[in-house]
Amino acid sequence: MPEKIVIIGAGQAGAQAVQSLRAEGFGGGITLIGEESWPPYQRPPLSKAYLLGQFERPRLFLKPDSFYAEAGCELRLNARARAIHRAERLVEMESGPSIAYDKLLLATGTRVRKLTCPGAELPGVHYLRGIDDVDALQAVFQSGARLAVVGGGYIGLEVAAVAAKRGLDVTVFEAMDRLMARAVSPQLSAFYAAEHAKAGVKLMLRTGVEAIQGTDRVEGIRAGGTVYPADIVLVGIGVLANDDLARVAGLGCEDGIIVDKNARTGDAHIWAAGDCTRHVGHEGHAIRLECVQNAIDQAKHAALAMVGRPKDYSEVPWFWSDQYDLKLQIAGLARPTDMIVQRGDPANRKFAVFHLRDGAVAAVEAVNAAPEYMIGKKLVAEGRRIAPERLADLSVPMKQMAA
Amino acid sequence: MAAKTITVTYIEDGGKEHRIAVPEGWSLMEGAVKHLVPGIDADCGGACACATCQVFVDPAWEDKLAPKSDMEETMLDFAPETKPNSRLSCQIAATPDLDGIVLRLPKSQH
Repeated sequence: MPEKIVIIGAGQAGAQAVQSLRAEGFGGGITLIGEESWPPYQRPPLSKAYLLGQFERPRLFLKPDSFYAEAGCELRLNARARAIHRAERLVEMESGPSIAYDKLLLATGTRVRKLTCPGAELPGVHYLRGIDDVDALQAVFQSGARLAVVGGGYIGLEVAAVAAKRGLDVTVFEAMDRLMARAVSPQLSAFYAAEHAKAGVKLMLRTGVEAIQGTDRVEGIRAGGTVYPADIVLVGIGVLANDDLARVAGLGCEDGIIVDKNARTGDAHIWAAGDCTRHVGHEGHAIRLECVQNAIDQAKHAALAMVGRPKDYSEVPWFWSDQYDLKLQIAGLARPTDMIVQRGDPANRKFAVFHLRDGAVAAVEAVNAAPEYMIGKKLVAEGRRIAPERLADLSVPMKQMAA
Repeated sequence: MAAKTITVTYIEDGGKEHRIAVPEGWSLMEGAVKHLVPGIDADCGGACACATCQVFVDPAWEDKLAPKSDMEETMLDFAPETKPNSRLSCQIAATPDLDGIVLRLPKSQH
């Protein structure tokens, strides 16, 4: 009997795994199980060009439809796994017969964190995770509409930028004292706050949302004791790892499915990759990432391990965000205790913030600054030590920093 | 899908040719990736964030392309083994005047 690999989760990591398994010479059967009705697609454009209407739907799909058939991969859409029976090596489905596996890859990703305040279920409250979410949002994105964005993170701010461009009246409510607090340095938060303000977006920091108000649908939002009228609410308050299947099956989970450097779980027949994993990061401790880079690279490493050629995964994570004409590119993981070195003047809308830890470059945040990002990523990977004053000196080209 | 397409020829490092109909408005990176042309990784999906979709533009077509943006220029600076005719294929849109363009692919994008 040829070996059978089952992949639960038809997102970026799942699609990459199919491609990598075949590229690495796996000749057995592959079944890819996805809950959505769409074949694997890219999520990053959803909150950016796709929402703006500048990127039509067919462009979102990661592979042509023919790919799965040509790769000998059975694609099961609108299908949801209910349980993993490890002893029998079976995936029990919500409907239809169970699927047997020799090896199983969990690429289940994340789901949005839901608002729990009163009124959270009212029509007019939107989330953004999949194509269907954006299509629903687009349908109500009318110029002049009042949009309340709950959460000043990547998703909320990317949507705010698109909405401002499309003429909506936008207010962002953020409970913390700065934007993207979980993801970027205070310097970046301040810069982006100013840019959003310039575009006419109202920012309410330190303002937790208490209730969504309305009788049949959203009419307002109560935050910080004040009621603000609103026609649409977009909630972007983070995501939760889809680790329930794994946890119920008795696999180790801790805000994510715990895997080693080869994407292996505690079960010798089960691997996991992408946003749903808690893995050993490039700095040597357990992390959970939400990014395309990790989905792709970890899926590649899982595929290698599944075909018996494991290779340790320790890539430096990278991220990007498009807001207005600003391209933010980040490599590495910053900590609040890092020493901060700014290179370039934010007033020029082209600058970078480096994070030094014990003298070594640990992370870089670059705004419209590709050399700082590309070289910075290399410096992070090498743990290169560079004097702060040299890093800040624009007369020293980035290329020389790496020399 | 857009009704009109242009023909793009992608030539792998090993010499294998792929003639692909790419919808107008799509990037030449997407034309390759969506037809499984090996040799273009495009990890970021076309956001000009990863420099893994480098191509070498056939000299006969170089003049027809819009100039590189600063971002593309600097990203290319750090891509492996670039040549003067290197471009990031995610930054080239399929337009009617590029019908017939020939792109050569590097051995590796990493």
